[in-house]
Amino acid sequence: MSFEIIASSFQHKDIEQSQLRRTLKCGAIGGGTVVALCVFGLINQFMERWIIENLLSLAHAAFIGITLTVGALIAIRSPKLSPAARIFQGFLVGMVSGVFLSILILIMATFDIRNMFVSLSPKLLMFLSYGFDPYTACAVTIIVGGVLGLIGAAIRESPPWLRKPLITGLATAFFIGLFAELLQLAMQYETVDPIRDYMFTWEGQTLTGAITMFVLGFVLSLFWVMRGKQVMANHRAKSHASQRSIRYFLYAIAIVLFLLFPMAAGSFFGQVLMLVGLYVLMGMGLNLEVGLAGLLDLGFVAFFATGAYTIALFTADNEHLILLIDRPLTWWEALPLAMFASLMMGLAFGIPVLKVRGDYLAVATMGLGEIIRVVVLSDMASPLLGGSQGLLHIPRPWIGDFELNDPIHLFYLTLISSIIAAYFAWALENSRLGRAWMAIREDEDVGQALGINLVNVKLLAYGLGAWFAGLAGAIFAVMLGSIFPHSFQLLISINILALIIVGGIGSLPGVVVGALMLIGTPELLREFGEYRFLAYGFVLIVMMRVKPLGLWPSAVRKRELAAAAEAEAQMRATSGQKA
Amino acid sequence: MTTGQTLLKTNALTKRFGGLVAIDALDLDVKERSIHSIIGPNGAGKTTVFNCIMNFFPIEGGEIRLSEERIDNMTPDRVAFRGVGRTYQNIRLFKNMSSIENILVGMHMHLKSRWWGAVLRSRHSRADEKKAVEEATRLLQYVGLRGKGDVLARNLPYGDQRKLEIARALAMKPKLLMLDEPTAGMNPSESLEMVGFIRGLRDQLGITILLIEHHMPVVMGMSDTVTVLDHGTKISEGPPDHVKRDKKVIEAYLGQSGVGHMA
Ligand SMILES: Nc1ncnc2c1ncn2[C@@H]1O[C@H](COP(=O)(O)OP(=O)(O)OP(=O)(O)O)[C@@H](O)[C@H]1O
Ligand SMILES: [Mg+2]
Repeated sequence: MSFEIIASSFQHKDIEQSQLRRTLKCGAIGGGTVVALCVFGLINQFMERWIIENLLSLAHAAFIGITLTVGALIAIRSPKLSPAARIFQGFLVGMVSGVFLSILILIMATFDIRNMFVSLSPKLLMFLSYGFDPYTACAVTIIVGGVLGLIGAAIRESPPWLRKPLITGLATAFFIGLFAELLQLAMQYETVDPIRDYMFTWEGQTLTGAITMFVLGFVLSLFWVMRGKQVMANHRAKSHASQRSIRYFLYAIAIVLFLLFPMAAGSFFGQVLMLVGLYVLMGMGLNLEVGLAGLLDLGFVAFFATGAYTIALFTADNEHLILLIDRPLTWWEALPLAMFASLMMGLAFGIPVLKVRGDYLAVATMGLGEIIRVVVLSDMASPLLGGSQGLLHIPRPWIGDFELNDPIHLFYLTLISSIIAAYFAWALENSRLGRAWMAIREDEDVGQALGINLVNVKLLAYGLGAWFAGLAGAIFAVMLGSIFPHSFQLLISINILALIIVGGIGSLPGVVVGALMLIGTPELLREFGEYRFLAYGFVLIVMMRVKPLGLWPSAVRKRELAAAAEAEAQMRATSGQKA
Repeated sequence: MTTGQTLLKTNALTKRFGGLVAIDALDLDVKERSIHSIIGPNGAGKTTVFNCIMNFFPIEGGEIRLSEERIDNMTPDRVAFRGVGRTYQNIRLFKNMSSIENILVGMHMHLKSRWWGAVLRSRHSRADEKKAVEEATRLLQYVGLRGKGDVLARNLPYGDQRKLEIARALAMKPKLLMLDEPTAGMNPSESLEMVGFIRGLRDQLGITILLIEHHMPVVMGMSDTVTVLDHGTKISEGPPDHVKRDKKVIEAYLGQSGVGHMA
């Protein structure tokens, strides 16, 4: 709710601002972002990455995209001006952005500040000034900025039938270019060879490819803008039964495509998706604790580790092996043990923090999680758990004579587990236990006075949540083939918490969306090294400002938001009357 | 009515908050199927009595018995299980849950379904759930909230929230129902309706009522016994007519300028 108030207060201020301030502010946003990208060294990376081969680098694309955006932004924020004036404002804003960059160029040309900012290299200067002398470069930068801002504002001001296809077309070409390498990896089949060669070289997207993609995006979007309403109307005019069968047909296609995708796309995608799947599993477990029962938990990784270590101890053929029968257990035999061990760990974990409430709980659980990691690392436990050497040679699961040795196989294993877990979470949410969890989240004392046994209910939240994590850990162990204490850092707990918040706390689809966003995307952007975490942080901040309830909020949270907005509107109305 | 068996009894109940003695050696004797009111000026310790009975915090002295069994060393959920339900002075519903969900939470301890039953959708658990929803719907209707089952508790009007809170307590099938100022913030006609409703609980359902009330006409109109608290001590007790004439009571209320209500 507080986010909403802050966001709306920004909007209110904007209306009162003078046009000049507004222009300068938008320009500063654009120029500041561009300069920041240069200083942080992102542009250095981006300029070596072609969106369109030998023509447009990612750095160019970033400059263009940012300037177009601020041009459009000022057009949105100046509702009182005439359309022509708004487009002109776009020009001004673009120039202001250009001025920022020009100042950077001049500074770089005059002083050597590389010992402070490593990234501001001669190469970057060369890139920024297009090979001109600094003063000409500044003039060019400002003018080009102005023109781009103007185009941005003009796109914004153009009628929807033109604007939407334009944006879609540009975005299509851009993303195809951005993921060119991954797409090529996924297109390693003879049948699609010609398409691949037409679209890409190993350097990036070809110009013809980019144009084709732009046209494709443009045309499809244009068709939808012109005909979409009619198509939907036709659809609605059909009988309910046939509407339903069409819907099921589309669902079926989507599911089949999704199922086949990793198989077709190759093991890299399989690996990324399976990692996403593991986080989905853990996210659903943590969601029981945090989303439903309101028990903050930053030690969740301990349960994950328990699952992984149990699998390793009972299946891996090394000196730490625990023999229950005359041979090591198979993965399938050890799986129930792993889940049971995690459940027990969840209970053991819950007991000391039963009386701890709210924010303190986050700190206490964080401590517990760390203790467990340190114990595993310690010399004391190393004869049993291998210490920092970890446990090696964990065998893959077999189904009959078939070894699940490819990331894609493991992906399907994760997928099936996730589906089962999702059903579990859903059924729990709508049960007596789920209601009790929600009740103690809302008001623990009142819940207890209604006969809810807090000890039972809280321990079940920890235990069942841990259970999901144990399953994830069991798959993780075979994915890596060997496990070490340092694989189970606090960061994992934080990531899981972040992904359920970004997805929408308490929401099952939210967990999937959050995991794709926070785990999947950074994996796909691996080539940008540590910089992708910059994007990660940026996305988190933007997300919480734009969608404070998460990307796919649960129904309950939506109702809460509606209620809060209503209350706020009422407050405004009454305070307005007083004034 | 006052001759019935004792349901709730406190002996020398004492509760201190730091240096403040909130309740000082209080003896209470609540008869079965009676309506027993506790009145007293603000800060007299009335709500604290409820909190002690529910065992929201440990007491410093004395004992509390429900049908002879000591309950002052039990956790609140076990006190609830023995048959004590309550409402709160400042309504404490589960605001982000729907009306029907609030009542279902109230039924929590009477439902048999276990979590694995819910996951496996066992026939037993489905039947249990179905029965629960039916009963909750009946309760909603009973308190006059028919058709409001899907409304979020927070979106109900004030009066309906009070009713829902009572329905949630009734869902526990309590022997003793403790109501903390149920008519607070209501207009006279709503209060009157509430009086009829509370009587009905006793007469129709046989529930013993322990009531905290500021509204004198309400108290005097329906109580069997009235206990007057001031600064944590009992200064008077008896049937309404007796209490009304008690000098000490009038003095205690004079200090509070509450005497107007007494007439
Ligand atoms: N949890 C607590 N911690 C500290 N002091 C408390 C607590 N609860 C109550 N008190 C104090 O105990 C005294 C009695 O409070 P109580 O709420 O029982 O009064 P009351 O008779 O219900 O008053 P009212 O008519 O205003 O509801 C007050 O002085 C109050 O400040
Ligand atoms: Mg009170």
